Amino acid sequence: MSDRKEWPLWEVFLRSKAGLDHKHCGSLHAADGAMALQMARDVYTRRQEGVSIWVVRADQIVASAPDDKAALFDPMADKIYRHPTFYELPDEVNHM
Amino acid sequence: MYTQAMDLPNPDGSPTLASVDSEAREAAFNDRAGRGEIVEARDWMPEAYRKTLVRQISQHAHSEIVGMLPEGNWVTRAPSLKRKTILLAKIQDEGGHGLYLYAAAETLGVSRDELLNALHTGKAKYSSIFNYPTLTWADIGVIGWLVDGAAIMNQVPLCRCSYGPYARAMVRICKEESFHQRQGFDLLLTMAKGTDAQRAMVQDAVNRWWWPVLMMFGPHDKDSQNSELSMKWGIKRITNDELRQQFVDATIPQGELLGVTFPDPELRWNEARGHYDFGPIDWTEFWNVVNGHGPLNRERLAARVAAWDEGAWVREAALAHAAKQAARERAAA
Repeated sequence: MSDRKEWPLWEVFLRSKAGLDHKHCGSLHAADGAMALQMARDVYTRRQEGVSIWVVRADQIVASAPDDKAALFDPMADKIYRHPTFYELPDEVNHM
Repeated sequence: MYTQAMDLPNPDGSPTLASVDSEAREAAFNDRAGRGEIVEARDWMPEAYRKTLVRQISQHAHSEIVGMLPEGNWVTRAPSLKRKTILLAKIQDEGGHGLYLYAAAETLGVSRDELLNALHTGKAKYSSIFNYPTLTWADIGVIGWLVDGAAIMNQVPLCRCSYGPYARAMVRICKEESFHQRQGFDLLLTMAKGTDAQRAMVQDAVNRWWWPVLMMFGPHDKDSQNSELSMKWGIKRITNDELRQQFVDATIPQGELLGVTFPDPELRWNEARGHYDFGPIDWTEFWNVVNGHGPLNRERLAARVAAWDEGAWVREAALAHAAKQAARERAAA
């Protein structure tokens, strides 16, 4: 049984309503894109959770490695001047 | 996508470089899990944590799809079109729940085929409850009210489980599960307002399901080997006995609303404890069913294996079709 070829894995992204981003909601196996879309519709939008679906083959996603977390993201920790709250302005300056 | 590299132990049992390193990593991991941090798919994790999760998540997934069988038994005999569409929607949900969970297990580096193979060869377990028969229409209501009710008690704390993909699957499942329990209670309430024969049917179903449902929470805490480690890792948040008590406390008043009794002479409110007391569970029956000797173990497994085998040509044809389409597209480009 285990020597039989599996259908490839797809990642599913849903836009829950117009104006919002597509968001990852789950995965499924399907033989091709059309089937992945059909199955994503059946499985992930049974209660009108979405108005648009993206399916992407999982092996086509390029992802950062967990071990690179510090190297990639820690350098931003001390760049607090990138946030508006870093700047204390006089009260007279309203809503800037 | 998320396959984990595994260090094989030295044949003489001496520690490998990796295992010395991993002791320190394991201590750090236990610390983080203890603080309630979430572990994601490709993060480093102790092999025992990974194995525990694969076992628990796949068991859970198998339970969802085997759980479709006792309900499927009643689709053609539902008493009205309304009840039939509700039942179909619920069964479709269970299939979806199985998928979410298989997908979560696969992030731990096992393939879907391996998981299904473990189910089909009897190596993996599923919830003992689905080895009981659905004899009357009232059983469908009782499955929603009690079986799904017990499942919800178990599943809500899992939404805060330390493993991210499992926790997210559980959030989705819990949202959908509430409909399952409510439709079951609604079904029973309708029968309770019906004829004497219908009320007797409801009572009979409660009598047959009550004890197996209490067994769904698993062995007593003192007999549960995996519990302590699972608690430490944040896979489990509440113990079997605590969940069982919560379930009994929530359910007895609901039973009074339906006008049913429970088949337990020792069941009574304990003012001092602020909980219901209930009688001893027959663990011999539980282990018998778990170990394959329940009323329907063989039939359930045979149905799953047949569905898999009879679908083989469809899976192969779909792959062949996809390959042909892709080749055509390449030729046209």
